[in-house]
Amino acid sequence: MFLRRTCQEAALLTTSRRDRELGWADRVALRLHLLACRACPRFERQVRLMEQAMGRWRSYVERD
Amino acid sequence: MTDLSALLETLRPQLLRYAKLQLRNEAWAEDAVSETLLAALEKPEAFAGRAQPKTWLIGILKHKLVDQVRKHARECSLTTDDDDGGAAFEEQLFNESGHFRDTPAEWGDPQAVLGQQQFIAVLDACVEKLPGQLGRVFLMREWLELETDEICKELSVTPTNLWVMLHRARLRLRECLQLNWFGKQPATP
Repeated sequence: MFLRRTCQEAALLTTSRRDRELGWADRVALRLHLLACRACPRFERQVRLMEQAMGRWRSYVERD
Repeated sequence: MTDLSALLETLRPQLLRYAKLQLRNEAWAEDAVSETLLAALEKPEAFAGRAQPKTWLIGILKHKLVDQVRKHARECSLTTDDDDGGAAFEEQLFNESGHFRDTPAEWGDPQAVLGQQQFIAVLDACVEKLPGQLGRVFLMREWLELETDEICKELSVTPTNLWVMLHRARLRLRECLQLNWFGKQPATP
């Protein structure tokens, strides 16, 4: 269905937000999925943590 | 001047490690580092009085790494059927109806985690463990911080394929962090 996403699809949308602007249908579908799912909000928190962690890693590489 | 060459000598192994991490090729990494050191030696005045010479060198190195990727564009170009088992790895995480087989764990407060030097060291090891193609693409995005359309152009890959590859690299990284960090922490009440 148009606004229905599986966890597997939602996971791809979740990590891709760092790489591209999602279209409106994907944005709405992801929001709906996250409201209804138990697993994906946890995955989303993990992804956010990893994004911040990569920022730390970039400074770690440069640090004297 | 001697100070500079001594410093370059000291930092060379670290530069080489990160060059290899990015390029996943020993010879290209050696070239990128040599070019970096030469560029640095040509500008002793730029080095003089710098509080953080390593930051300066890493900045030069990143440019040289992009040059190497361009130079070896053909060998670096991606095909989806050659993604280091990324597709199979992704399939394992989900069941036939597309649900997570294992519910992702709660990783706790990001600030508490990110403040730990040990965690960043584990992350560094996990980045190193990414399979070649995925690792190269992931670091082009996350370390060289190239825009996705630029990566697509350099590697002759479609945006859709690139998004999927980056996604699979992140899934691998997540698994590695779960196994080597979060899965080993005492459970929070």
